[in-house]
Amino acid sequence: MPFGEIISILLEGALVTLKIVALALPLAAVMAFGFGMLRLYAPKPIKYLAIIYIEFFRGTSALIQLYWIYFVLPFFGFSFDAMTAGVVALGLNIGAYGTEVVRGAMASVPKGQYEAAVALNFSSTQRLWRILMPQALVNMIPPFGNLAIELVKATSLVSLITIADLTYRAKALADMTLQVTEIFAVVLVLYFLFAQVLAIGFRVLEKKLSRGLGRGGLGQ
Amino acid sequence: MSQPLIEFQGVEKRFGDTVIFKDFNFSVEDGEIVSIIGPSGSGKSTLLRILMTLEGIEGGVVNVAGEPLWHKRTANGLVPADNKHLHRMRHHLGMVFQHFNLFPHMSVKRNITEAPMRVQGKTKAEAEAIADELLELVGMSDKADMYPNELSGGQKQRVGIARALAMQPSILLLDEITSALDPELVDEVLDVIRNLAKKHSFTMLLVTHEMYFAREISDRVCFFDQGAIVEEGEPEQIFTAPKETRTQAFLNAYMSQ
Repeated sequence: MPFGEIISILLEGALVTLKIVALALPLAAVMAFGFGMLRLYAPKPIKYLAIIYIEFFRGTSALIQLYWIYFVLPFFGFSFDAMTAGVVALGLNIGAYGTEVVRGAMASVPKGQYEAAVALNFSSTQRLWRILMPQALVNMIPPFGNLAIELVKATSLVSLITIADLTYRAKALADMTLQVTEIFAVVLVLYFLFAQVLAIGFRVLEKKLSRGLGRGGLGQ
Repeated sequence: MSQPLIEFQGVEKRFGDTVIFKDFNFSVEDGEIVSIIGPSGSGKSTLLRILMTLEGIEGGVVNVAGEPLWHKRTANGLVPADNKHLHRMRHHLGMVFQHFNLFPHMSVKRNITEAPMRVQGKTKAEAEAIADELLELVGMSDKADMYPNELSGGQKQRVGIARALAMQPSILLLDEITSALDPELVDEVLDVIRNLAKKHSFTMLLVTHEMYFAREISDRVCFFDQGAIVEEGEPEQIFTAPKETRTQAFLNAYMSQ
């Protein structure tokens, strides 16, 4: 098969991969912040629910979670199309890791910041959103960048539940044409490019947010 | 004599099994400048932190401006204070910290205007007018747009003072405000406090290791040891003719450094 044709088929798959990333990333962020905050500040029973979610999704295989959502849940009356199942599984999985990032970053803000906020009589909501969160956010960016890259690579799992993403198409093309080297070289480069774009994006974001915090891009 | 502005009555404070205060009594008059000296671990900072509502108490009552700080008066007597009560009581108090605790993500000016705007509901123009005036007072007008990490320790602490004053507290708590500074930066911070003390417009409670400074600005000096006031009196008397042996020992050790 001509190389140009291979590229165009793979790029179509790459679009599907990007779509999954674009949908799963916001879901992961919402889960990370939501459950991260519950883990830190919610009353006991709700906090335990958050811990169960986090430990379950961190402690089991992402592929098996995907299979459960797509193949097993329908037996219990919950059916999803492949795309939804893929986005939900990846979003919940990466989100669970994200909760720990949120928790760690909040804990890393010095206690004196909280005390100054009390002394200035800020309400507990103001303390959280105006004083603690903006400082914690900067610390969250680098590990969030890691997780985003992790997500891009994990999307290849959805090829196993019939979604025609980059990996799925590469596998199919390779079986058909036997041009294994070219095809998987292109796939490798594409995943690498996606990861680099995210890495650069997060670095820019970190720089933007860190004015005054003395931790510019150099991580000091 | 009128009612004291600050009054500790039989206060008990523990950290786990460690007793900091037991049946502790202490009071400060309106407009008085009181320095607290003593060895570390004697409960000096804890006293300020209880007043700033950063540490609770296990027993007794603390009154500020005639109202219990950690309790609420009800028909059935005193009950532990809720957040609303603490929020209301905190407007009497302001605190300057040993490690400044400036908000690193805000400019110098915003460090000062944020609380007046968000807590007291002042407009941006009002808050900035107050900030400009205070920055002038602490000699930091030209640094208004800088960020805390761009300042020296002495400059940070002067901003810390301005930030506390912006809330117009009637009681200013100064917790070892020069202890984290290089020696050559101590005076620029103490000068600011000297000027404030001269005006005598509010009550000041300082925990300090700067003995000459305590002697210079205080109306009264209290020597703390092991959670109790061992000796208190006019600065001249405490520093030149301490009566208690523990005070003498502490001051001798300090002077010989």
